Amino acid sequence: MKTVDARGHSCPIPVVMVRKAVTAEKPEALEVLVDNQCSVENVTRYGKSQGYSVDVAAEGADFRLSLKK
Amino acid sequence: MENEIKLTKLAKCAGCGAKVGAGVLAQLLEGIKVHTDPNLLVGFDKSDDASVYKVSEELAIVQTVDFFPPIADDPYTFGQIAATNALSDVYAMGGEPKLALNLMCVPEKMPREAVHALLRGGYDKVYEAGAIITGGHSILDEEPKYGLAVTGFVHPERVLTNSGARPGDVLILTKPLGIGTLTTAAKAGLCSDETMAYAVQLMTTLNKNARDCMVKYRVHACTDVTGFGLLGHSVELAQGSGVAIEYEVSRFRFIEEAIGLAKEGLLPEGMYRNRAFAECRVDAGEAELWQQDLLYDPQTSGGLLMAVDPEDADALMAELEGCVPAAQRIGRALEYGGGAYIRLR
Repeated sequence: MKTVDARGHSCPIPVVMVRKAVTAEKPEALEVLVDNQCSVENVTRYGKSQGYSVDVAAEGADFRLSLKK
Repeated sequence: MENEIKLTKLAKCAGCGAKVGAGVLAQLLEGIKVHTDPNLLVGFDKSDDASVYKVSEELAIVQTVDFFPPIADDPYTFGQIAATNALSDVYAMGGEPKLALNLMCVPEKMPREAVHALLRGGYDKVYEAGAIITGGHSILDEEPKYGLAVTGFVHPERVLTNSGARPGDVLILTKPLGIGTLTTAAKAGLCSDETMAYAVQLMTTLNKNARDCMVKYRVHACTDVTGFGLLGHSVELAQGSGVAIEYEVSRFRFIEEAIGLAKEGLLPEGMYRNRAFAECRVDAGEAELWQQDLLYDPQTSGGLLMAVDPEDADALMAELEGCVPAAQRIGRALEYGGGAYIRLR
């Protein structure tokens, strides 16, 4: 499964990275790594706006978001 | 060359979104002794937009300072926005700006023409406001910042604070919402040029007309909507006044393009800070997530939020219409009976 690693980036960059991956490949499922709460919230909103369900899991100081159609 | 330097790329956060959160600020000030003076009409205590000091029975001075990192790439535009925003605090107190001092931080590598354009933007807006710039202070800094300290005049008995709203008052707002989201999207190249031009037009519109209309009516409280977002500033106004506020969400004017961008999560970090500060005092009711997000969205150089006597509301609305970017009658103040200070319906 494709993983977008947006750690080290602050908003709006993580949404832009996920948007690029979704627009280009229209994946059924996608994993996103981010390292701040603002990006968790924004990527969640983006995922839902594109019809994905979004699960968030904390991984140490990072977060893994699982987007599924 | 002005256009070769992208000012917003030099800044970590844009405009009023760079503001330290309201909750954090209160903690930072804790335990610091506050001195007072019988002639100080508005000071630290009410988290107001500016301080007001009574000089005589006829005259009080209004003082405020505001500055932030670039919110526009064009230095002239940035200068205009920063000045419009700094002047706004005087208008929010019902005053008229008279004197201003520049506050500027510039990187050594910033071209001289760009710095000149930035300052010219500030001067132009201050002159438009009928005030004058009499000097300032500049330092070298990696991240550019600009703003002004502004002094204005107001009649001591006609000072408008954010703590005078009464139950029954009608709440009116004078600019549409969504600026923070648009400028965030613009950083990602996801805001159309047309909408960005409109946003710049809004951010460089002085709150002078709004103030000039407002002072003719029985306005009991006023604040300008900036970094803490509509709901953050509303919480301060409601809590300071000891009233509750009920907003009708359908009456708010949002900048059209900001709606889609908010739904897609192009929201500034400041929005989440505002939410964290105000959320526990807001009953969001049935409001959709994007509506709430835009109501928490930090506004740079936003409009005035006024609480007007219900008998004057129609007349004030009629006068504001066509005179400000978007006159909106958004809700009313109620007796505070405990619980949330702000209710959305």
